[in-house]
Amino acid sequence: MDIEQLEIRQHMAQFAPFEYLGDEWLDQVATRVEISYFQAGTDILALDQEINELCYVRSGAVEVSRRSGQLFDRLMEGDIFGYSDIMRNRRVRFPVRAIEDTLIYFVPAELFDALRADNDDFADFVETGGDRLKATIDQQRSDNQMTSTRVRRLIRRKPTMVDIRTPVGEVARRMREDNVTSVLVLSDEGEEANGPRHFTTQEGQVRRLAGLLTDRDCCVRALAENLSGETPVGEVMSTSLITAQSDVSIYEAMMTMLNHNIQHLPILYRRRPIGVLQLSDVMRYETRSSLYLVSSIFTQSGLAGLVRLSGDVPLAFARLVDEGADAHMIGRTMATICRSFIRKLLELGEAELGPPPVPYCFMVLGSCARDEQTVFADQDHAMVLDESFVPEQHDEYFQSLARFVSEGMAACSYPLCKGDIMATNKRWRQPLSVWQGYFRDWIEKPDPEALLHSSIFFDLGYVHGELNMLESLQSLISKLAPQHPFFLAAMARNALNRTPPLGLFRTFILEKDGQHKDAIDLKRRGTAPLVDLVRVHALACGSSANNTIDRLKDIAETRLLPEGVNDRLRYAFEFISMVRIRHQALAIEGNEAPDNRLRPDNVESHERHNLKDAFEVLSHAQKFLKFRYPMPSTSTRGRGR
Amino acid sequence: MRDWPQRLQKHYRRWQWHRRGKLVSEWPAYLADRQSKTRDERLAHYFAAGTFDPQTPISEVPMVALDIETTGLDPSRDSIVSIGVQPFTLGRIPVAQSSYWTVKPRRALSNRSVVYHRLTHSDLANAPRFDKVVGEVLEQLAGRLVVVHYTRIEREFLNAAARHYLKEPLLFPLIDTMAIEAYQHRRLPWFQRLLGRRPVSLRLHPSRERYNLPAYQAHHALIDALATAELLQAQIARHYAPDTPIGVLWE
Repeated sequence: MDIEQLEIRQHMAQFAPFEYLGDEWLDQVATRVEISYFQAGTDILALDQEINELCYVRSGAVEVSRRSGQLFDRLMEGDIFGYSDIMRNRRVRFPVRAIEDTLIYFVPAELFDALRADNDDFADFVETGGDRLKATIDQQRSDNQMTSTRVRRLIRRKPTMVDIRTPVGEVARRMREDNVTSVLVLSDEGEEANGPRHFTTQEGQVRRLAGLLTDRDCCVRALAENLSGETPVGEVMSTSLITAQSDVSIYEAMMTMLNHNIQHLPILYRRRPIGVLQLSDVMRYETRSSLYLVSSIFTQSGLAGLVRLSGDVPLAFARLVDEGADAHMIGRTMATICRSFIRKLLELGEAELGPPPVPYCFMVLGSCARDEQTVFADQDHAMVLDESFVPEQHDEYFQSLARFVSEGMAACSYPLCKGDIMATNKRWRQPLSVWQGYFRDWIEKPDPEALLHSSIFFDLGYVHGELNMLESLQSLISKLAPQHPFFLAAMARNALNRTPPLGLFRTFILEKDGQHKDAIDLKRRGTAPLVDLVRVHALACGSSANNTIDRLKDIAETRLLPEGVNDRLRYAFEFISMVRIRHQALAIEGNEAPDNRLRPDNVESHERHNLKDAFEVLSHAQKFLKFRYPMPSTSTRGRGR
Repeated sequence: MRDWPQRLQKHYRRWQWHRRGKLVSEWPAYLADRQSKTRDERLAHYFAAGTFDPQTPISEVPMVALDIETTGLDPSRDSIVSIGVQPFTLGRIPVAQSSYWTVKPRRALSNRSVVYHRLTHSDLANAPRFDKVVGEVLEQLAGRLVVVHYTRIEREFLNAAARHYLKEPLLFPLIDTMAIEAYQHRRLPWFQRLLGRRPVSLRLHPSRERYNLPAYQAHHALIDALATAELLQAQIARHYAPDTPIGVLWE
């Protein structure tokens, strides 16, 4: 293949649907491409002209219009067009014009047809009208299922290998020099040159893996037996060799070691040893896992231990991202960790202050309640107290407990809430009846301004104490909310305050990397408005779910949203969340403070398309929201006149 | 340059300034003359394909972008190491029709040039000599109007190589995308020049940027040939009508 075709191939392989193609088909495409340049403002496809080629935007941007001349879509680098017309009757229905100087690659229609016939993913993509977002999320999900980290990831160095005749004293010195706790012992090939333990060294010699010597073997079999340092290593090594292949999972390797009660496991690539896995390597790897983190939170005996553990939270987060977990799973895990910290702090607090004088329920609000937390979110929490609560007698206790928790959380890097939505605030530390009053007020007498600050209370999550208190609040909300259109309209209005950065995004896509100074706030203009929007629909249908994806599932059972919108919202939410999460994981790996501000030069161009699509989904959904929950006041006034 | 018709020589020396001169109309006569005199079969075959009437619109002419990588810039001392050609028309560039040759240089490579064109000594050790590939190259050029970026390299090196191996000159009309670019940028209004606007770079890749053409890996003859073909399409789209006579553009 010629180098220019490689260049073409490399570009196309990044973008759907070509990214689904196998190497041979991609080669076919790249070698049969024809190229043409179109100046900004010139027509690429005219209405009703014959079309025999699929068009691919190599650079620049084009506009697709309807027969009426109305704008249908804008496409840019990596997008394709013309495919629906090829599949139909090879006449252009949607004329296309270059809006920037544009380079187009043309792929012959017969090849396009062959690709569709051969590759289902390719066919699905063009037949569903190029729903990139769905394709990407589905792809990530299937990758995720197959991802189980292989043991070779833990192998950091080559094994130290010695000849079977080497004196054990010299072997011990080698171990000291290489700073290892085990060596592999090799013998000459012996009788059968092709046995299961034979392999070819990098120098090209055939050797046999004869055994393993660990520092413990040196101690127990040589020193304790009074053997001299001149004893050949072959006489003291262990010969019952358990090995594992480099592509088994870490879990599998760990089970092998536990089953055979060994600390060292030689790892082979085919038959050649590539390293020795130690049980401590696995342990070290596991300490970065979130499960380990959660269980260690509960074994701490004081605040100092919790503070130390909180240093592992970003690592656990980065590792989840690394392992290909999806946003849903990461959000849930990080929220669980956060709740575990709070729960442990409440336990510690109760141990210090004594048992609570009246029953109470400690709840979290916002992202933690929705199980959508990223690394360290602001603390948002509140306390519901039993009806027998008497402020003069009991409040001192709960105030101290709340302060203990919020200060403890702050020490564990969860910042204090700037809006003071914390149990330390007397307003958010009240008996159940007062809380019920709050919610009645918010729902029955909605004031958009006031609701702006209290929308967070419509995401309620349990942490500790009397679960039924929280449940009674949740059932109150899900009973009242659907009956109050004013409330829904006010919530809907607030949900439209933050819009996706489509305008900015347009230029961001078209400008060359690095020239754009602006960054996109993925939370403020992406996930947050999406969460707000889904919350309104969830409240309208009486769902008591907190998680956005769970809420969407509840909404799907009603007819609140037009068909297909639900799925698109789910994909968009998952995608923007994932970009945000990956952005933060990158910051953590670079030892920077994670934030939500995505700079355009950090986004790969094919990811930009998906981001743009996701923001468009949000934008459409916001328009629908406005129309679905109109302010009833204006219409009543209208009728009254 | 001795073999050139006197007036063409003069034209060549001043190629940047007299692109529109009436001299270009002499190309058909010159090529016909060469056809009758050449003793080399390959050259005869090439010249037989002739050239185009200078009045032919550019949109009707089959073209071929040509790029040559060399060991240096001096045609008397340096030599060709690779040749890339990409046939195209104003409408389309079919990449399947491209061709590429490596050529064994007349002298050993210096390390400096290896850095420049990324072909290594071993790449070229087994490459054929120029006279073994010139027939194939000429076959690709025959009947097509050659387009290059910066006439001097392709014209002088091909001519020097032909004179060395075939003992005959090899000259033909060319469209130079760099000259088109130079012409466009010299036409800056005087006050802009007065205000000290810095002269733009006329090299292939900076020129392409001005037409929003993508960046390619540079210094490979085939990629540069493709890049030149795209650049010409862009230049004609922006500065000329499709029916512009080629006599206006070639030199």
